[in-house]
Amino acid sequence: MPSLRLRISLPALATLALGLVAGAVALVFFFAPLDADQGLSQKIFYFHVPIALTAYACFGWGAWKALLHLWKREPGADLESYVAIHQGVIFGALTLLTGSIWARASWGVWWTWSSNQLVLFLVLFLFYCAYFMLRFSVDAGPQRANFSAVYALFGVALIPVSFLAIRLASDFIHPTVFTSAGPQMSARMFFTFCVCLAGMLALAATLYAVELSGKRLDLRLRELREALA
Amino acid sequence: MSSGEKYVAAAYLVVFVGVLAYVLIIATKLARLEREVGELAELAKRRKAESLG
Repeated sequence: MPSLRLRISLPALATLALGLVAGAVALVFFFAPLDADQGLSQKIFYFHVPIALTAYACFGWGAWKALLHLWKREPGADLESYVAIHQGVIFGALTLLTGSIWARASWGVWWTWSSNQLVLFLVLFLFYCAYFMLRFSVDAGPQRANFSAVYALFGVALIPVSFLAIRLASDFIHPTVFTSAGPQMSARMFFTFCVCLAGMLALAATLYAVELSGKRLDLRLRELREALA
Repeated sequence: MSSGEKYVAAAYLVVFVGVLAYVLIIATKLARLEREVGELAELAKRRKAESLG
């Protein structure tokens, strides 16, 4: 995420994201070999998993900013936490949609309740959707910022559970790609996956920076309007 | 087009449309902010003219 301390300019970040995502798409279709088991539908993996990991990263970043708000009362941390969670929900929705399409292609169903990974990700997604209901049910001010921060911190506890669910459950059809023995894929596949992950993280960082700039501008304009009124 | 190709195309289309929809929403918000800046600039000019006149 483009923290203020990193000082990466937005055009540079957007260019990086564009280059990485374009490169990732090219690698997926022209470099990564076809999966022997799933065939072409396995190509969904290269975007589905990085999008899911990016959603986790956004929720984690949102929780970190929430902690900074509660702990150090860092100015702007509440807004940064809110924007990160908003990004996480968008990437979470994309994870569920692409996962559902992949499930239909591989398992013949759009959704299965027998997979703990899917159900826990849905729980995590709905938990963060409820964050917005909480946030906008309280008037703007320190109380809203505190409630939102505490909620965001509670939510982050669900991330490792969701991430590790695939290893905690045994009655399972969701594939395990990353094990203690390393990634269960060829070097070309793993390289493509890494580029896709970098692309998604860069894209999320760009969207985060754009949305945050818009929100900050909105706040300053409101202050200016009040000053001129 | 095979069913595998259709599903892959659908998944990538969902991502593309999702990001595009997000960019459109942000663009709409930026247009609103631009309009507000224009209104505030007009207001500031009027205030300045009033204070001088």
